[in-house]
Amino acid sequence: MPHAQEIAMLEIKNLHAAIDGKEILRGLDLSVKAGEVHAIMGPNGSGKSTLANVLAGRPHYEVTLGTIEFEGKNLLALSPEERAREGVFLAMQYPVEIPGVNNLYFLKAAFNAMRKHRGEEELDAVEFLQLAREKMKLVDLDESFMNRGVNEGFSGGEKKRNEIFQMAVLDPKLAILDETDSGLDIDALRIVARGVNTLRSEKHAVLVITHYQRLLRYLVPDFVHVLAGGRIVKSGGKELAEELEQKGYEWIDQEVAAGAAS
Amino acid sequence: MSTIEQLANQEYKYGFVTDIEADVAPPGLNEDIVRLISSKKQEPEWLLEWRLRALRHWMTMKEPTWANVKYGPIDYQAIRYYSAPKKKKELKSLEEVDPELLRTFEKLGISLEEQKRLTGVAVDAVFDSVSVATTFREELAKHGIIFCSFSEAVREHPELVRRYLGSVVPYTDNFFATLNSAVFSDGSFCYIPKGVRCPMELSTYFRINTAGTGQFERTLIVADEGAYVSYLEGCTAPMRDENQLHAAVVELVALDGATIKYSTVQNWYPGDKDGKGGIYNFVTKRGKASRDAKISWTQVETGSAITWKYPSCILQGDNSVGEFYSVALTNNYQQADTGTKMIHIGKNTRSTIISKGISAGHGQNTYRGMVKILRSADGARNYSQCDSLLLGDKCGAHTFPYIEVRNATATMEHEASTSKIGEDQLFYCQQRGISPEDAVNMIVNGFCKEVFRELPMEFAVEAQKLLGVSLEGSVG
Repeated sequence: MPHAQEIAMLEIKNLHAAIDGKEILRGLDLSVKAGEVHAIMGPNGSGKSTLANVLAGRPHYEVTLGTIEFEGKNLLALSPEERAREGVFLAMQYPVEIPGVNNLYFLKAAFNAMRKHRGEEELDAVEFLQLAREKMKLVDLDESFMNRGVNEGFSGGEKKRNEIFQMAVLDPKLAILDETDSGLDIDALRIVARGVNTLRSEKHAVLVITHYQRLLRYLVPDFVHVLAGGRIVKSGGKELAEELEQKGYEWIDQEVAAGAAS
Repeated sequence: MSTIEQLANQEYKYGFVTDIEADVAPPGLNEDIVRLISSKKQEPEWLLEWRLRALRHWMTMKEPTWANVKYGPIDYQAIRYYSAPKKKKELKSLEEVDPELLRTFEKLGISLEEQKRLTGVAVDAVFDSVSVATTFREELAKHGIIFCSFSEAVREHPELVRRYLGSVVPYTDNFFATLNSAVFSDGSFCYIPKGVRCPMELSTYFRINTAGTGQFERTLIVADEGAYVSYLEGCTAPMRDENQLHAAVVELVALDGATIKYSTVQNWYPGDKDGKGGIYNFVTKRGKASRDAKISWTQVETGSAITWKYPSCILQGDNSVGEFYSVALTNNYQQADTGTKMIHIGKNTRSTIISKGISAGHGQNTYRGMVKILRSADGARNYSQCDSLLLGDKCGAHTFPYIEVRNATATMEHEASTSKIGEDQLFYCQQRGISPEDAVNMIVNGFCKEVFRELPMEFAVEAQKLLGVSLEGSVG
């Protein structure tokens, strides 16, 4: 348990959330402290991505009950861009393309929007390029990618690496990785893990949402939570992930069913 | 999406009326009015005759109805066909210009002085119908370049005007061009002599002012053999309740080996958010390219209630090149039917069409383009790309490409796409800390990039700002 602190960075209590009137999250509780890496695992349809999207404030995800506090602030009262500026980053499962908008220009706009929010001076193009170049090495992206449109014509793996690159540049307090590992080969997986591991520090927290355990071999979590039926049904250390890998999710369902019956 | 709605409902920044005493003709159109215009301008007999021939022809014509736009009937007899700001005497410097007029330009952010100082652009400012200030004339004269108002050209260089007027757009061409030929008030004239590269960007600002006055500009640009000129045109107009008719004609003549680059940023009053008021912009723009000549049109159309405009190229000479780069934006109840015609006559003629249509609010945006390869045009090539971007779900985008090929050696390429600014794109930007309004700006400017890079630098910046003011529509 590295650097346990008294106050959690992220405190989710009894979260209920629906999309198109259909309730997906049903009373989720989660507490994440700075310095921790949490993995959220669970079968398809358990609400993993819903959790990620609710945290980031994606439209159409409606919170019907419960609270989310981020550094003591009511996160649900903030717009998506305000949450981002406060330090919440979501590496998306399906990063969108924005044709014609230069990748580096986009990231500079994002970077400076956040600096402005913190009352810091904006970086000029030269300073920013220096920073970007340094972070680019981390994800093995060629500099030519920076001058293409945002994700325009990128392969699936390149898009995911671009997400990690953005994360590295923006240096968020809380990074949420929404199935960043899906569709990645082993090399890309290592690169993604390297990017996240670089971010690990006592000031940062990471929430890794994944279906599989394989990313967790490179990105060892402090806690593993199993999400089923819209709530966390089991929590443990990194060994829980291995157990899931061996046994699948079925035994969780059985345990939950047994729990509900009793 | 309330912030976007707010932006979409932003008031037109440039809506105000300048109080200048105008010299106006009575409403209506007949031979007497044409004679009045001609005599006010002290025109030679041949020009009056030309105008009268146009008028007589116009009387036999019917207003076209094929465009994909809707508007109420226009009463051509209720329009005043001549209006000029009261002129004291010949103006030599800006100090002599009506201060009220200068203030108007300043409000628009296009003060002549500032432009002169900062950009080195020679400006021929047209206010209503008469040129009030012309600058940088001496510098241009050194190179033998003529850049003056159309009226002045008629007086000083009648042989050039007579030779080229109507040579690209004949007075019988179409309803609006014919009307213009009969009653055109003023405009700009430009002549670049053989082998001369014009040392600066030429720019004209148009502005419609007096209530109920149609504006009938006439521009003629002639680039002699091997000459080069880049011409910029930009417009804004004050807020009005009644619709204002604008029927301009622009003729470009590029002789052997000459290049004419014509760029427009158009921001006339588009009407209010309920579709009331706004300019009717019915323009005929066409260029004729001789052997090895090149004509390039770039336009950014964000204003007007109705836009009807097809800057075209007649590629007459062998190896001549035609280009059309267009951004057309319609918001609220704006309607645009715009595009180009590329007529390939000469051998190995090439044309490129890049059209970007953006629709927001209830805006309707139509691309209408024709590529015609004549039998004589061996080895002709065309590339067309028409992209539409929709903001919101109440707007429309339409594409009508006409392709006519009469020569089997021609190569034609056509690409088209329609996309919507998705909530996903917007959310992606927001998740990176970028505000929705900045995000929309960014996405739209990215969409228009291929066109903006054709604009001269300072205009590209202006065009981006302009989109920032007028583009935001409801998303989702």
